[in-house]
Amino acid sequence: MAAPDAPAAVGREPPGRASVLELRGVTKRYDGAARDAVADLSLTVPAGEVCVLIGPSGCGKTTALKMVNRLIEPSRGDILIDGESVRRRNPARLRREIGYVIQHVGLLPHLTVADNVALVPRLLKWDGERIRARVRQLLELVDLDPDEYSGRYPAQLSGGQQQRVGLARALAGDPPLMLMDEAFSAVDPITRTRLQNDFLRLHRTLPKTVLCVSHDIDEAVKMADRIAVMREGRLVQYATPAELLARPADDFVADFVGADRALKSLSLTRLEEIDLLPAPLVRTGEPVAAVRERLARGELTPVDGALLVADAEGRPLDWLPLSRLPGEGRVPAVAPGGAEPRLDQVATLRDALSALFESGAMYGAVVDARGRCVGLVSAVEIAGTFRRPVREVA
Amino acid sequence: MGEIWRWARDHPDDIWAATVQHAEIVLLASALSVAVWVPVGVLLRGRRIPFATAMGAAGVMYTVPSLALFAMLVPVLGIGREPVILGLVLYSPLLLVRNTVVGLQGVPRHVVEAARGMGLTPRQVLLRVELPLALPSIMAAVRVVVVTTVGIATIGVLVGAEGIGTLIYTDGLNRLFLPPVAVGAALATAMALLLDALLLGAERILAPWAQAAAA
Repeated sequence: MAAPDAPAAVGREPPGRASVLELRGVTKRYDGAARDAVADLSLTVPAGEVCVLIGPSGCGKTTALKMVNRLIEPSRGDILIDGESVRRRNPARLRREIGYVIQHVGLLPHLTVADNVALVPRLLKWDGERIRARVRQLLELVDLDPDEYSGRYPAQLSGGQQQRVGLARALAGDPPLMLMDEAFSAVDPITRTRLQNDFLRLHRTLPKTVLCVSHDIDEAVKMADRIAVMREGRLVQYATPAELLARPADDFVADFVGADRALKSLSLTRLEEIDLLPAPLVRTGEPVAAVRERLARGELTPVDGALLVADAEGRPLDWLPLSRLPGEGRVPAVAPGGAEPRLDQVATLRDALSALFESGAMYGAVVDARGRCVGLVSAVEIAGTFRRPVREVA
Repeated sequence: MGEIWRWARDHPDDIWAATVQHAEIVLLASALSVAVWVPVGVLLRGRRIPFATAMGAAGVMYTVPSLALFAMLVPVLGIGREPVILGLVLYSPLLLVRNTVVGLQGVPRHVVEAARGMGLTPRQVLLRVELPLALPSIMAAVRVVVVTTVGIATIGVLVGAEGIGTLIYTDGLNRLFLPPVAVGAALATAMALLLDALLLGAERILAPWAQAAAA
């Protein structure tokens, strides 16, 4: 059980590479347009970092993104990947080395899930066995059972599942650079939060360089190592999320970030980074005598007079008031569902707070990638982080 | 009925020959139509004025009576199956070109953009994405073209294209003798239904995703 949080499939392919992306004075003016869609945009995304381009609609962020893989050609300026100009590359070959995820997913409706994921490896002329292994690995990585989903067509998937396949497809050729255009905005808020969390976890195991487009400042603060705020084609501020929240460059950025900057700064911290309450975890089938012994020794501290029953894997099921703990025998099996909200440990404090308020529960069970409970959190722990100064991300 | 059956029993060779000849004309004309008009549709999509012009011309062509069209082609191609095959090809663009263009236009833009973004060349986008997705629309046209071709091709006998028309006209109408007419009509109907069913089956095999999308 080495590295239990990393999906077991990772490692069959060599670890991902990451590129340095550099935009130098990139300008785009469409024919007949009164102003530049993108004006003299210069920024560098270091290898392995997530950069989010953000701004109101029409600010040029999508145009900027599409110039990187040459779906749009710049009027002036240059774009370099690891120091090499994209303009010197054959566009189709260049794109096979850049992962691309778009809002509407754009899965090919006439190909199965497996064939969609295999698209780029086939273009790269990998051999069949390697492609099959890669497809399985990627579907597992995005949490879709390969045996169940490989043969399905996109029309037979939910929106969230389609976007997972889109993500797997973009990762298939092991691209050192990923472009994501509003990748999570076409799904409902709950699915979006899950996809964001999954993406963050994925990015941790596969540290690719990622350029995202978003109009959602919360998403940007949550996902980004750096945020590039754009307005009318120009770069207004390029900074870490913490810096952007703490010191907006001008009134436009301050307005865009919004009035509740302190609250948004909750998105800078993840549950795994704060001190959680220990969960009073007991397992289904555990002898009651053993539970009482742990209680007596102080190893188990009931929360509001209740214990949290988990399954054999440690996944939280429901709360069990001490008064209903049987006198002897074993901890009874309970139906799952009572231990809501369950919060992913990579979730931000803001997401966690919002989930707590929404469910009306006092405590949320914090779980790892496999759904095992690692602790509890309440609004008290989250509010406690306010006492510390806003952490500057280096 | 007994008379029809007796005639059919006494002329199996004539019936077989007529069926084979007719099938050849239909398959040649249909294959040529697809080979010519689908690429024309690919060239015309996204070009509004040339497409509208072509559809106008195809519509006018469609109104020319088939017998007249075959007759007009005789001076150029002589008598036999050639003027009939060409005439049938000239009838089909109204459906085939239009459905090719409509099918290609129906491919969602984001699907094409994603395919380009994955690194498919323009040619690969056309052959692997756009045409497969336009297939249900194209196949709908092919089925109608094939079924109507079976019927229209019977008239070809008047310009020397032997086939089911030979039974209906030469053996039947010419001699005011009913049984071969009835056998010919039954054969043509059966051939049209069979080809339509085969094409539907082919479409199911070629585009299994279309059922998934409709479900």
